[in-house]
Amino acid sequence: MRETAAERWARRVVLTLLAIFVLVPLYVMVSSALKPLKDVQNAFTWWPRRPTLQAFVDMWSTVPLGRYLVNSLVVSSVAAVFSVTVAIFAAFAVSRYRFRGRGLFSVTVLSTQMFPGILFLLPLFLIYVNLGNATGIQLYASRTGLIITYLTFSLPFSIWMLVGYFDSIPRGLDEAAQVDGAGPLRTLFQVVLPAAVPGVIAVTVYAFMTAWGEVLFASVMTNESSRTLAVGLQGYSTQFNVYWNQVMAASLVVSLPVVAGFLALQRYFVAGLTAGAVK
Amino acid sequence: MATSTTPRDVAAPDRPPGAGASTKAPSRRPRRTLLPYLLLAPAIVLELAIHVVPMLVGAWMSLLELTQFHIRDWSTAPFVGLDNYRMVLDFDSAAGAELLQSFWVTVVYTVASVGISWVLGTAAAVLLQRPFRGRGILRALFLTPYALPVYTAVITWSFLFQRDTGLVNHVLVDQLHLFGDRPFWLIGENSFAALLIVSVWRSWPFAFLCVMAGLQNIPGDLYEAAAMDGAGFWRRLRSVTLPMLRPVNLVLLLVLFLWTFNDFNTPYVLFGGSAPDQADLISIHIYRSSFKTWDFGSGSAMSVALLLFLLVVTAGYLLITNRRRNDA
Amino acid sequence: MFAAAALAAASLTACGDSDGSSAGSAKTLTYWASNQGASLEADKQTLQPELDKFEKQTGIKVNVEVVPWSDLLNRLLAAATSGQGPDVVNIGNTWSASLQATGAMVEFDDATLDKVGGKDRFVPAALAAAGAPGKPPAAVPLYSLGYALYYNKKAFADAGIASPPTTWEQLAETGRKLTGGGKWGLAVEGANPSENAHHAFTFGQQYGGEWFDAAGKPTFDTPQNVAAVKRYVDLMATDKIVNPSNAEYAQNQSVSDFANGKAAMLLWQAAGANLKSQNMAPDAYGIAPVPFLAAPPAGGKKVNSMVAGINLAVFKHTKNKDAALEFVKFMTSDAEQVALNKTYGSLPAVTTVANDAAFSAPEQKVLQQTLATTAAPLPQVPDESTFETLVGTAIKELFADAAGGKPVTEESVRQKLTQAQQQMR
Repeated sequence: MRETAAERWARRVVLTLLAIFVLVPLYVMVSSALKPLKDVQNAFTWWPRRPTLQAFVDMWSTVPLGRYLVNSLVVSSVAAVFSVTVAIFAAFAVSRYRFRGRGLFSVTVLSTQMFPGILFLLPLFLIYVNLGNATGIQLYASRTGLIITYLTFSLPFSIWMLVGYFDSIPRGLDEAAQVDGAGPLRTLFQVVLPAAVPGVIAVTVYAFMTAWGEVLFASVMTNESSRTLAVGLQGYSTQFNVYWNQVMAASLVVSLPVVAGFLALQRYFVAGLTAGAVK
Repeated sequence: MATSTTPRDVAAPDRPPGAGASTKAPSRRPRRTLLPYLLLAPAIVLELAIHVVPMLVGAWMSLLELTQFHIRDWSTAPFVGLDNYRMVLDFDSAAGAELLQSFWVTVVYTVASVGISWVLGTAAAVLLQRPFRGRGILRALFLTPYALPVYTAVITWSFLFQRDTGLVNHVLVDQLHLFGDRPFWLIGENSFAALLIVSVWRSWPFAFLCVMAGLQNIPGDLYEAAAMDGAGFWRRLRSVTLPMLRPVNLVLLLVLFLWTFNDFNTPYVLFGGSAPDQADLISIHIYRSSFKTWDFGSGSAMSVALLLFLLVVTAGYLLITNRRRNDA
Repeated sequence: MFAAAALAAASLTACGDSDGSSAGSAKTLTYWASNQGASLEADKQTLQPELDKFEKQTGIKVNVEVVPWSDLLNRLLAAATSGQGPDVVNIGNTWSASLQATGAMVEFDDATLDKVGGKDRFVPAALAAAGAPGKPPAAVPLYSLGYALYYNKKAFADAGIASPPTTWEQLAETGRKLTGGGKWGLAVEGANPSENAHHAFTFGQQYGGEWFDAAGKPTFDTPQNVAAVKRYVDLMATDKIVNPSNAEYAQNQSVSDFANGKAAMLLWQAAGANLKSQNMAPDAYGIAPVPFLAAPPAGGKKVNSMVAGINLAVFKHTKNKDAALEFVKFMTSDAEQVALNKTYGSLPAVTTVANDAAFSAPEQKVLQQTLATTAAPLPQVPDESTFETLVGTAIKELFADAAGGKPVTEESVRQKLTQAQQQMR
């Protein structure tokens, strides 16, 4: 199966074009972060004429970026962990059991993906407020409320991906464990989960990303102390000015760890999808 | 948490390959056991509390005249039955016509975005199948837009699209001299193209990821066999790759469709809450109708209508693809 | 359990008149301030010392959160809906009647006003912009603002222009002289619905138009309003003294353009503090009243600014109404009015310090003059915030047309305004 010369050139051209498409905004993010505000407000230049790191200094005092970053990290990680835990149990049930309502559950879970967020934003907000008043658990304007909300956003796709992954794990393994006297939960934790690590990682990453980027609910359901990056970064556009260079600098700083983490885990992500969603 | 720990309930029927969560009723009679329900309970409770119940409340809102006069105490809001629906779905009126326009914009946007994303993702995945120097770097690069938080990605694009200070016009006008006049990207006719570009930039890596994963499941000897028959690149693509990717694509296209159709973040960040007519996606339209004009009744009615549409489309899609699969 | 509780909460009390308040102890208030300065953090640093002073005086602790304008109305609406949120808030004064309609705000009847210093303490025009006419105000004025014409002195001198324009015709003429070589006569905030709506109101007044009739019904597409909106958009469309790029400005880029010398004139409220932050010295620009029509049509009013400003409102759901009113009294006290308005370049909302030396700069003099003689409040009707959104967005689209080279005709303006009106309930 040799590659012809024409094929090779076609491949190079297409991949180069795609790489440029992806790279340009990333490059502009970096180069603009290195420009002073005046230069960003004037005609575009590819190269920063007067490179400065000032934006990386100023960005911490224009908005409380550190606090937003902590909030986003806490909310996204906790939501991801809980989402995956809940999804593991649900996926195990769907994958390994035949029970009444199994089809209904699958269909309902899938259909929640269709709900326009705008439809249940206000009702959910009111439920949180009233639940808070009734029980004293503050959900509105707290990280807890945001965590609960976000973990359900990623839940449907996570369950569905994990069901696929669990299905791909031979049942012979389960049975062998049962012969050894393992109960269902031990089977899950000692047999299925270890074999499903890539799937679990894939789902965790997905859940984290979902929570990390959400804007709409965060804009209504947070206050200053629980605000996440997705809305917090809007603070660089103020009553006075849009601090483009600081927006870019802050975007860069908050994106780097996530991108690095994602790229480090991408192997698992692909493997998780291979056996999971994609079969 | 388990009440029953006996192993006998663990059913292990051999299911046909390709069957997923959507498998129809199991052939074996369900045994009565609580365990699966207990395992599902957290998921069910959460979905009910965060999705289903608020959605039902939202549906109820659509039957009320819920404006600023009544928002504080819903019991004073007049029950208007289907009036909100009549109003927003009256396509002869200005409000109805705008909703219809917004609907079509969203349909075209979704189809275009999903289509282009899929083509780009498949192309990149297929072209990266063969090992070569730099493949790992390219793969990481292509995945980066997916890993970037929405806000940072979209705000960067909005900076690129600025008329006077953006890169896009700098390249098109100042360097390539393609236009005499600097075009606008964030207002007017081009805003649709701008929105589409941003959307594709954000979602094609996901298609790339899924297709790449799908390709790893295709046994190499299929290609060998095709090559022996003298099949060229396109023949191999058509007769081996695409058919083998079918299950991936079925899922991928549906998921991308739903995400793109309901996408709020991209237009909201790109245009800041009031999108130009040409790029007035339905999610933004509903947001404006509810939150900016404080008419939550009609906003909810629009949402419910939208939800019904998506349900019908999805059900139709699943029916057709399942039937085809069964025919095959 | 959770689901059942949520269900019960949703169906039984979702709409109820909740008495919940975020304030924990009886001596703590939550205050949402609007973004008046260079950044959220800068505002916080401005306010915190004053709040500390208040705590020292009264023992009442105030937790302040500076809310960006993009979020403020949504957050207020959420608070009004749920009875959960702050005790005291800043609101754009044009929203007063809209928020008043929700019934979530404490009414400042005479007795309540007496608790914060009495009705006569406040500038009457500013107090009139704090709620629907004939009803007790839903807020009290905090910072007073108005529009003025800012012009670049050097650009004027270079073009040989002796004095700022006083009529729109002169402004167009002046603008043409100043336009060229990459510079423009005037900068506008074409994609910002609120700014557009404010100008639509002022032009409307000058043409004798009203946006709502006496019964509070919208009258967007009257010939006067069509002429008014067209006049405004024509600054770009036919006079061509506005850079078409301004059609996509929604984040105060027009102020930056003025500060950077890209535009020679700007219509703005209290731009001084912002210009200073962008390194434009106060002696580099002059301030004049916003122009009038040279030949006003019959019914045209001598109005060249809205009564702009920020009001202070108290939520009914507060558990500490007395403390909240105490705080309102503090914020509208002479000392605070001088200190805060001086920082923001706005004018005091109380009569007692109007002549304080802090407000004798040319910018404040022009503002004072305008507010005292030729300013009118935006219609104080419940649908006001909807008017700003719909009409402001219609004008945004007209600017987009003008910038894209499409003709802006009386017909196209009327069509947009009719469309906006039909979306009012």
